Amino acid sequence: MSPASVPAPGAPAPPVTRAEYCVIACAEAWRDNGEVLASPMGPIPSIGARLAKRTFSPDLLLTDGEAMLVGLDGTPEGWLPYRQHLTMVTGGRRHVMMGASQLDRFGNQNISCIGDWSRPTRQLLGVRGAPVNTLNNPTSYWVPRHSPRVFVERVDMVCGVGYDRAAAAGPSATRFHRVPRVVSDLGVFDFATPDHSMRLASLHPGVTVQQVREATGFRLSVPDEVPLTREPTPRELRLIREVIDPGGARDREVRS
Amino acid sequence: MSDKTMTTDEVVSRLRSGMTLGIGGWGSRRKPMALVRALLRTGITDLTVVSYGGPDVGLLAAAGRIRRLVTAFTTLDSIPLEPHYRAARERGAFELMEVDEAMFMWGLHAAANRLPFLPVRAGLGSDVMRVNPTLRTVTSPYADATSGIREELVAMPALRLDAALVHMNRADRLGNGQYLGPDPYFDDLFCEAADAAYVSCERVVDTAELTKEAAPQTLLLKRSSVTGVVETPNGAHFTSCAPDHGRDEPFQKLYATTPYAEFAARFLAGDEQAYQSAVRAWHEEQR
Repeated sequence: MSPASVPAPGAPAPPVTRAEYCVIACAEAWRDNGEVLASPMGPIPSIGARLAKRTFSPDLLLTDGEAMLVGLDGTPEGWLPYRQHLTMVTGGRRHVMMGASQLDRFGNQNISCIGDWSRPTRQLLGVRGAPVNTLNNPTSYWVPRHSPRVFVERVDMVCGVGYDRAAAAGPSATRFHRVPRVVSDLGVFDFATPDHSMRLASLHPGVTVQQVREATGFRLSVPDEVPLTREPTPRELRLIREVIDPGGARDREVRS
Repeated sequence: MSDKTMTTDEVVSRLRSGMTLGIGGWGSRRKPMALVRALLRTGITDLTVVSYGGPDVGLLAAAGRIRRLVTAFTTLDSIPLEPHYRAARERGAFELMEVDEAMFMWGLHAAANRLPFLPVRAGLGSDVMRVNPTLRTVTSPYADATSGIREELVAMPALRLDAALVHMNRADRLGNGQYLGPDPYFDDLFCEAADAAYVSCERVVDTAELTKEAAPQTLLLKRSSVTGVVETPNGAHFTSCAPDHGRDEPFQKLYATTPYAEFAARFLAGDEQAYQSAVRAWHEEQR
């Protein structure tokens, strides 16, 4: 597997790739989360969650993707079949990072279908657990290819509930609702604005505000000074390249 | 205590067109596929299917047997989108009650407990409420101690079933069912929510065998909620049935990429034995 090979001793480390900034941005979602289940969906969020657990968030729980809670070396430490997983969701001790086929300005997400629900032009997964996730535990999103087809003015089917829809549905909907962040291949986004509309929180190095605006199908809040997504530490870079993802799965999801 | 063993054909002879049928397992995991194949050999149609959907839903949809589907998703797991389900939805082939995974579970719990509904937070604010205009909310009679708010929650209606089909690793002749894999899924709830429950299994064993090596908590199904037991070795094929067998990924890929008529002509024209030998023959060809 090509670019992820280990450099010769003493040689300077290859420059940080876009995929590696994405890993860092995903890992940061689980900082200071404490002893909760990290539920990453997709390769880069999975690498990010493992990086967080290996470094700044050691108390995170992870699963083997089926019914076991496992340590970093795969040793089972607990049992989490689907029905208990749902209790983990509704009990709130979990932070999930889901994918999104569509995502709007207030964080409403769609993975169900494209077009009119009664007869979709493109049937996708279905709502899955997006409604229960978003109303009960922090739900972040990962979008590997930022485009106006994903970041839309209005989603065709609200699966994951955004801030405007939660507010309209009342206190039971807002009580535990939180969308901490959206990570894409272009940057990091949050909803830290007075009306909870989406805001550009950081740009991955090499990306411009103009690029993000062009790839977003709605009016995005952009602060005067936009920080850059932070650099990985040398240790983090080594963990990503040599320990967590030596096969370079991250580069197949996001190319530099 | 009666011997509940029967054949797959005897199971489907007890089913009728128009029934509400629950199907256990999850996605492409431990689905009662031999029973679904037996159902496909009958003329039974017009079904309301209640399932965490996988190829069970895909096959029944492709064969035009579903009038209404109740689900949270339909997937082949390693292949995220079920192609036959997808095609059926895009041609508007059946009605859909699309609910969240947790709402679905509470619907089964309500039915199993003979309650008309159970309150759930999930669904509020989402388009699940829009696409299911009959869903109602319920207000708590208790005010929150600090906020004074009486919460309004979704009243998930009971998903009562005429019949349930599930697949276990082991069962005895009386209907005690055992799973040996890592996840029970929701098969006990499907059986308890149904007026009649039919359990296929990899192997029928003597009652004493059930706990000879496995822990007692693997005994998921109690005979009081089981109507019939069928021995169908490899009966979850091509879905996974750990630890007896994993998912048949190459065959699932064939299923997902072959037009249904062609797939059915080669694999579903005969009985279960014919299916299993056609699968073996196909694997031989791939070598």
